[in-house]
Amino acid sequence: MSQYIVDDREMPKFRVDRAVMVDPDVFAREKELIFDRCWLYVGHETELAKPNDFRTRTVGGRPVIFFRDSKGVIRVWVNSCPHRGATLCREPSGNARFMTCFYHGWSFSNAGKLVSLPDDESYGPDFDRPGLAAPAQVDSYRGFVFATFDPEAPDLRTYLAGAADYLDLVCDQSNEGMRVLAGTHEYSAKANWKLLVENSFDGYHAVTTHQRYFEMAIAARSGSEGDAVRARATGAGSTNTLVQSRGIDLGNGHAVTAGSPVTGGIFGRPLTPAGQAEREKRFRGFAETYGEAWVDRMRGTRNLVIFPNLVVIDLVMGVVIRKIDPVSPDYMEVSAWHLAPPDEGPELHRQRLDNFLTFWGPGGLASPDDVEALETCQRSFASRGELRYSDISRGMNKERPTGSDEFQMRTWWRRWNVIVTGEELPPEEHAPLDGVWAGTRRDPADTTTSAPATAG
Amino acid sequence: MTLAHPTAVPTPHSAVGWSTVDDATLRALERFLTEEADLLDRWQLHEWLDLFTPDGRYLVPATDLPEGDPEQDLFLIQDDRFLLEQRVNSLLTRSAHAEYPHSRTRRLVTNVRGRSTDGDRLLVRANFAVFRMRSGVMDTYVGEYRHVVVREGAMFRFAERKAVVDLDALRPHGKVSIVL
Repeated sequence: MSQYIVDDREMPKFRVDRAVMVDPDVFAREKELIFDRCWLYVGHETELAKPNDFRTRTVGGRPVIFFRDSKGVIRVWVNSCPHRGATLCREPSGNARFMTCFYHGWSFSNAGKLVSLPDDESYGPDFDRPGLAAPAQVDSYRGFVFATFDPEAPDLRTYLAGAADYLDLVCDQSNEGMRVLAGTHEYSAKANWKLLVENSFDGYHAVTTHQRYFEMAIAARSGSEGDAVRARATGAGSTNTLVQSRGIDLGNGHAVTAGSPVTGGIFGRPLTPAGQAEREKRFRGFAETYGEAWVDRMRGTRNLVIFPNLVVIDLVMGVVIRKIDPVSPDYMEVSAWHLAPPDEGPELHRQRLDNFLTFWGPGGLASPDDVEALETCQRSFASRGELRYSDISRGMNKERPTGSDEFQMRTWWRRWNVIVTGEELPPEEHAPLDGVWAGTRRDPADTTTSAPATAG
Repeated sequence: MTLAHPTAVPTPHSAVGWSTVDDATLRALERFLTEEADLLDRWQLHEWLDLFTPDGRYLVPATDLPEGDPEQDLFLIQDDRFLLEQRVNSLLTRSAHAEYPHSRTRRLVTNVRGRSTDGDRLLVRANFAVFRMRSGVMDTYVGEYRHVVVREGAMFRFAERKAVVDLDALRPHGKVSIVL
């Protein structure tokens, strides 16, 4: 048995010691072993539309400037003057070729070079004039920009492992490239950051915590369609669409719950006929490019967690990018963005905005209740003397764990465990992916197949 | 160095002399907003819903984009009549977990200004502070109302009810589970 995790394959059961949610020593180790070493999400390239655009934010606890420099290169600079440490840029966003520190007037180009400092001659000609500090490595995958503070970390593509496929499923939904919309959901929760990681791909809580949301989705549909959503969202056994999904280990601690194509239909308000027609046309076009099998996967929902703290949820009616920043053992900050195809017509775009907001965000019909759930968990951890463990065992006994099971969380926790304690827990054995989940992406550059690919 | 900071751009509404309605109208608007706040603080949400026109909307822009366009940009809340009814109905059940049991709220609505537009429509500005108390925590929401109201005889109804929050993030509040 590990220090924090009970991983019993006989019963089976999987439990996590609630100490990891409250203990300051665990929190300190997470900072050093996870956030100082893993690849962390910084932002999306489309947030910086023009050369010299910048946004300031926090990555791995560090203040950074997310910049597109004068030549268009994406940069991530530590937002601190190398001279004495003052915050270099105190604006949330803007456009600038130079950053001048207000403390002593040192000035830097957005490519990070020290370009002037007052009374330069007092330093002598051989003085080493420092440029801006940066994370050890910065790279991007299909517009998602990541940084790591560990020079020894593997390259980003290797780190992402199987998660790259699921980013592809999101990014392939626009021929022009998906774009982050203006407007950010910046909120918080008085709870340990790992509780929101779990919650972000916890299908089991959906119908109980979010009854309010599904009542809206049912009310938005006419009688028989509403009944169908009721059965698909709250029904038992195979009538429940939420279980027509798989929990999938993507390697390196990343995991996803991926729904079958029918899962896309139970979220949000129904599209208007014109909106529906446009979306169908788009899917048909993507099928010509990438093959039917890939688009069948695209039509299903996906809740993706890229270890440690990046969440991408695509409920087909909208895509949220959520970045979770631990502040203290019992407090986290959350930033969330809306990723959308810029090439949709105004009517479909409006419906996308609507369907995103009804669920997500601190004012939606769902997220506030998640925050409430997490905060009550955190408060209750005061009684961990009597209740030491949280249970995450669902679906350990199944050949094919679903999104309502907890295989995806256990996958994340096993990675957490090996990083924080050094102890490796063997992976769970499950049936290989089959059916819709095995569909592959046809490389659009491959012109040898002119006919649409058939589903494999 | 030139910096474009969207929130720092002065809006025409902040100009002195923006308010153009006569004193009687201003007093009527103040009474309307005061009574509205009272309904919300007493959780009389069905009665509050009656203050909207049938196609009235309720908007809360994102904290980093107070001038956002609801047709293009990400908001915090963007309710049409249907969603407003869903919000209100569920807030009065046990299924709105963040508000069950209900929080206590206390609203201060001040600095009311009004401006006539075409016909019976009026633009209304007011400052608000909404205090929300629950589970030993008090969250304060501060901002400006920017409503469009329609005069209906002796009373008004909201055609667009917009609460622009001054907070630069919903921290440590974490959510907007009440009506702002």
